[in-house]
Amino acid sequence: MFYGLSTINYKHMIKVDEKGFYGKFGGAYIPEMLHPNVEELRENYESITTSQEFQDEFRGLLKDYVGRPTPLYFASRLSEKYGAKIYLKREDLCHTGAHKVNNTIGQIILAKKLGKKRIIAETGAGQHGVATATVCALMGMECTVYMGEIDIARQHPNVERMKILGATVVPATSGSKTLKDATNEAMRAWINNPVDTHYIIGSVVGPHPYPEMVARFQSVISEEIKWQLNEKEGRENPDIVIACVGGGSNAAGAFYHYYNTPEVRLVAAEAGGLGINSGKTAATTAKGTPGILHGSKTILMQTEDGQVVEPHSISAGLDYPGIGPVHAHLFDVGRGEFVAVEDKDAMAAGVELSKLEGIIPAIESAHALYALNMIEYSKDDVIVVNLSGRGDKDLETYIKWGKY
Amino acid sequence: MNRIHTLFNTKKERVLSIYFTAGFPELESTMEIMEAIQTGGADIIEIGVPYSDPVADGPTIQDSNMVALENGISLKKIFEQIKGFRAKIHIPVVMMGYLNPIMQYGMEAFCKKCKEVGVDGLILPDLPMQQFIDDYKELFEQYGLVNTFLISPQTSESRIREIDENTNGFIYMVSSHSITGAKDGISDEQIAYFERVKAMNLKNPRLIGFGISDAETFSKASDYSNGAIIGSAFIKTVKDSRNLSGDIHEYLAKVIDN
Repeated sequence: MFYGLSTINYKHMIKVDEKGFYGKFGGAYIPEMLHPNVEELRENYESITTSQEFQDEFRGLLKDYVGRPTPLYFASRLSEKYGAKIYLKREDLCHTGAHKVNNTIGQIILAKKLGKKRIIAETGAGQHGVATATVCALMGMECTVYMGEIDIARQHPNVERMKILGATVVPATSGSKTLKDATNEAMRAWINNPVDTHYIIGSVVGPHPYPEMVARFQSVISEEIKWQLNEKEGRENPDIVIACVGGGSNAAGAFYHYYNTPEVRLVAAEAGGLGINSGKTAATTAKGTPGILHGSKTILMQTEDGQVVEPHSISAGLDYPGIGPVHAHLFDVGRGEFVAVEDKDAMAAGVELSKLEGIIPAIESAHALYALNMIEYSKDDVIVVNLSGRGDKDLETYIKWGKY
Repeated sequence: MNRIHTLFNTKKERVLSIYFTAGFPELESTMEIMEAIQTGGADIIEIGVPYSDPVADGPTIQDSNMVALENGISLKKIFEQIKGFRAKIHIPVVMMGYLNPIMQYGMEAFCKKCKEVGVDGLILPDLPMQQFIDDYKELFEQYGLVNTFLISPQTSESRIREIDENTNGFIYMVSSHSITGAKDGISDEQIAYFERVKAMNLKNPRLIGFGISDAETFSKASDYSNGAIIGSAFIKTVKDSRNLSGDIHEYLAKVIDN
């Protein structure tokens, strides 16, 4: 099938309403100081990103720079073990090692077209920071990445990668000094630099239009799954798509073109941490309640007084107290099946894939793999697991874990 | 009549509003600080409701929020602390807080409680104007609470007009494109913005906030508006204070006296 569609028809998709809501969730709960920035983006992103010129550049870079399309790989030994036809969507083979770069490529082209000179971003484990620093180097734009002081200490190699790529890494020293505080710092930096700066948010979170915009950039994942599966199985729709959810950008991308195909089951694997009742978890739909975080109404982990609770996951990429509003909506209306995968089970699934298929997955993606043990399916089912990232960055964690 | 309206009907110049963080520096500092702000000569008290993720605030107010939360403050606790304050405090009082803690308390329950204890107005910086109009305007009116929206140097003239139309307390002019906290004085660029908004002849009074810290910045801001709001500099004053009332009086005397 022809690859490189220059325009995409989003009309039939689950769509945010004009106020930026997916059902009850979404919106743009931002201080007035951010209104002009967000409004500029809202007014322009649709026309810019659907233009032929944008699509040509975006698709061109995804192909030649990122290395898309990423393979849809039939995992025969894994399939044999689980008794289903399991395909892995190999986002781990993207340049920089994860799906994150699909979004940063899209946003940096958009930023250029908006005439912006500087880029800011938040990062947790550093994957989005690296993906942002990478595209800034590619485009010759100044890049500042905000990262929690604690994350800087535990993700040192990624900090250095960002620096090699020319980015400035600024420690977020407020609050709990992790991803949510890095996001706060990036938003503050955007308030302080409203004219020349674009903020590249790394997930389907934040004020409208970010969640939808990021989902569209990531939707290339399910767009490819459709034609690749058609080539291999003679059908576009698998029975089940599984993806991990922190903020939820890889899941949004893997689900996007299946939102309105109810016969395709969408399974979201959240990080259960040490167990959903342990107090050390990032299983947002299991433990969270509706509230507002980083500019959108969503489900988040909070005290009954509305203070945001610090999450825990062995995987830094899932260590976020909320989820994107689109996922809150999928949960709310029952379109998505949400499971909470504990640290130990994710680690075991990561080791299992390494031994069965010769692929060491990111620990985030290992959560999606373990979900195979938690859901019902039949023998002939075709299941696509979105392998969102590779495990190189997690080597230390694997070594510390030791059970391999 | 709402106390905020009464104030601006009688005082048009050099109105001073003081923001403080409830539950800071000590859990039980709240009432002592409110009384000292009044006796020190300020015109409006802003009670800051602490939040774990105050995205529009600089380091000083962030830290005060964290300390207050560690001290055990909550919205519920604030209402307990200030219950009956109208026996002592006669100047206008507004509550300023991010939306999430208020949503968890319940917006209607919150408005009702504000009226009950004698709060006059609300500043909810992350409540977008359209959401306010669609969902909460009636509620505010029902409970006699006036609302305040923020504008910044980037806010377009048409949006300022719209905000003016939907505000009935005062307009909070953010002095620069910035988060809260002191800067180095007031620049010509800021003055041009103050003058531009002054010339719009808005129906609401205007107070300038963010970066106002001392007599000089207060006076300068007051030259172009009805007065100013001080937050971070006040928080610094109470932070290590061993004599809250005395230190607050001393600070306010310096700011107010020319």
